[in-house]
Amino acid sequence: MIAAVAFYVFALILLASAVMVVSARNPVHSVLFLILAFFNAAALFLLAGAEFLAMILVIVYVGAVAVLFLFVVMMLDVNFAELRSGFQRYTPIGLAIGFVLAAELFIVFGGWKIAPDEMSLRFAPTAANVNNTAQLGKLIYTDYIFLFQTAGLVLLVAMIGAIVLTLRDRQTSRHQNIARQIARIPADTLEMVSVRSGAGMTEIGIRRPKVEAAVPEVEHATTDHDHGAH
Amino acid sequence: MMAVSLYHYLFVSALLLVLGIFGIFLNRKNVIVILMSIELILLAANLNFVAFSAVLGDLVGQVFVMFTLTVAAAEAAIGLAIVVIYFRNRGSIQVEDVNLMKG
Repeated sequence: MIAAVAFYVFALILLASAVMVVSARNPVHSVLFLILAFFNAAALFLLAGAEFLAMILVIVYVGAVAVLFLFVVMMLDVNFAELRSGFQRYTPIGLAIGFVLAAELFIVFGGWKIAPDEMSLRFAPTAANVNNTAQLGKLIYTDYIFLFQTAGLVLLVAMIGAIVLTLRDRQTSRHQNIARQIARIPADTLEMVSVRSGAGMTEIGIRRPKVEAAVPEVEHATTDHDHGAH
Repeated sequence: MMAVSLYHYLFVSALLLVLGIFGIFLNRKNVIVILMSIELILLAANLNFVAFSAVLGDLVGQVFVMFTLTVAAAEAAIGLAIVVIYFRNRGSIQVEDVNLMKG
């Protein structure tokens, strides 16, 4: 009973936040409602007995994907009001297609039932006395090891792709050029000058660019006075 | 076993899918919200997988959900990278301006 009530609550919040994701005025709010939707979907997963996937959903989606969205939305300086200009125009066609799709899905639900011999076709039946995470672990590390490795490969390719796409070599940045550093010899930068005794730097011509003019005398005096008073 | 019937889950995920598709039509110009709508659609598919997996007592559905989650995360990362470089080049993310390839 309690589980049924929890299901209705979570499902309602999930659908409401999905509505807010697609209709929010500010994309930052959209992302925040997306996070709420993922949390509620994770709760629905829990109610269905998929504990491991619920935690994965929270970690992967809320912890990584939604934060990625948030970063991009906040980093791009886009005039979001302008992007909403076609909102009213596209609403009728969107609603029409949505209604058609929903009607089709519900017609499918009406005339559909599980095949009678479905229970004998199961590949990995759930055991009653082992928890979900252990069972899933046993499955993905044995029968589905290639699928698991492929998932890792997909993530690797996505990571490399995202880095390659967004990396740019800026001309203004100052990289360390190691070859140039090593090829440097003291004679390039160091000059030995024999200075005549008593000669100023100006006479020899090695004076550095002029330093700033000295501080005005008055100010100097006041600071001196203050210093003395203390 | 589940507390509510399979149809409850199917109903919720069907509505979620419809909302995601509605979002794509509603935000025709904002590619970031379109990506979020795609995430909603994938979430609806995952919900279906998990519901059937729970009803049939078969874990393969949950294994497939893991794969789907991976692909969805990769898709979001690549999509957002494309949005970022597009914004860097053109100064806008209007989907209707994307006509460089004359497609």
